Amino acid sequence: MADAALAAAALAAMTRRRRIARLASPIAVIALVVALWWLVVVGTESAIFPTPWQVVAGAWELAVDGTLWEHIGASLFRVGTGFALAAAVAIPLGLWMGWFGGAYRALNPIFQMLRPISPIAWIPIAILWFGVGDVSPIFLIFISSVFPMVVQTTSGVHGIERRYLRAAANFGVSRAVLFRRVVIPAVLPEVVVGMRIGIGVAWLVVVAAEMIALRSGLGYLIMDSRNAGNRYDLVIASMVIIGLIGLCLDGATRLLERLPTVRWRYVR
Amino acid sequence: MSASKIAVHGVRKAFASAAGVLPVIEGVSLDVADGEFVAIVGPSGCGKSTLMNIVAGFETPDAGTVTVDGAAQRGPSPKGIVISQHGSVFPWLTVQQNLMFGLDGEHRREDAALADHYAAMVGLKGFEASYPRELSGGMLKRVELARALVVKPEVLYMDEPFSALDALMNLRMRNELLRILDEERHTVLLITHDVEEAVYMADRILVLSPRPATIQATFAVDLPRPRRLPSPECQQLREAVLKELGL
Repeated sequence: MADAALAAAALAAMTRRRRIARLASPIAVIALVVALWWLVVVGTESAIFPTPWQVVAGAWELAVDGTLWEHIGASLFRVGTGFALAAAVAIPLGLWMGWFGGAYRALNPIFQMLRPISPIAWIPIAILWFGVGDVSPIFLIFISSVFPMVVQTTSGVHGIERRYLRAAANFGVSRAVLFRRVVIPAVLPEVVVGMRIGIGVAWLVVVAAEMIALRSGLGYLIMDSRNAGNRYDLVIASMVIIGLIGLCLDGATRLLERLPTVRWRYVR
Repeated sequence: MSASKIAVHGVRKAFASAAGVLPVIEGVSLDVADGEFVAIVGPSGCGKSTLMNIVAGFETPDAGTVTVDGAAQRGPSPKGIVISQHGSVFPWLTVQQNLMFGLDGEHRREDAALADHYAAMVGLKGFEASYPRELSGGMLKRVELARALVVKPEVLYMDEPFSALDALMNLRMRNELLRILDEERHTVLLITHDVEEAVYMADRILVLSPRPATIQATFAVDLPRPRRLPSPECQQLREAVLKELGL
């Protein structure tokens, strides 16, 4: 008994050590980049480019007076709304296009044409249609993330293995059961991939959109910090925060891959 | 003729290919009696699976008729369930959800009881909540078999059902299948390239010719079960079938 407990404890310690070891190398790389940055700034005696410490101090200042949280909240709100709208449109549309050949033939060419247009190119039209407010960036996020999700969902339907559809036909199940029990779960892993791509592009676009026409958000913070007295410490602080939040968003969508109805695709 | 469960008459099928029209099946007629176990043996690529697809209703013949219980075959239905080499157990459903897939879902309690019954029959007890990825190849075959049995099909169409399994599991599943058939008395149409499998299990063996497929020979297997493959009768039959296949 005691031996078993000891062995279990040793195993736990080993996995813990392994996990730490896996984190060690990325942390070392980040530390190296920061050190290099610091050395170069100090060495060149730059008057404008901040040291890492100045960036941390600047971010702290904004965090304490609360403006940082307002900017983060504004950006996340726009991404959340635009992305949710895009998912609500793209997933049913992708299922429909994947299932019905006629819908695919009719709609796929125009989607393939709209897809490669950078969302940034839509900015003038967004301003024309929706003015300078929350609606413009939400529209841009919608445009940027709806196409990858449609395409991924459609190709997911096309990729359903025939043997599963045949089995469903063999058991003579209703259309509702076919969709709920076979088509949707078979496509779900592809939908999750589409969502990961979509949320990535959405986050990219919100920052770009906010740089141009708004009074809040992380993109606005970058432009405002530069315009209001060359506060490059805040520019870089914003960039780092954008990167960290992007990482978290990707991690959050990755959690969907752990659902049992999605995970079947990632094992074996 | 009137007693036959499945009647196939003069079935032909050709596919269009780059080289022109490729005839795959050329005039196949066969009858399967109710409760009979018929094995169709043929060289690979001879059109066995196409024939099976036509009989099970997944494809339509260019000419000829397929009737089941005297009615024309109008497409796949739970009356005849196909079990194929690669299997079609849904990887996103648990074992129990797979077993209950073909049931109407309106009588959940009865459905669950039925699923449990067949899970026990094929030896899946205790695995009801597992996902297919957690099971071995042999266990997956059992899930597929049980899922078919749950809807009480009258015919089992088996297209090389055990050929993806390792040799030992293959032998084991043959016995399992025979044991289940003792209890349930299904009509079985088995497609295989394994002559011993046919000799061990079938009531009748049909040998198909190379493409385009026709029925080249028929062997009635009047041997009591359980059969012993090394017995002189089995070996004699095996030799005869292999000779028809040109081996």
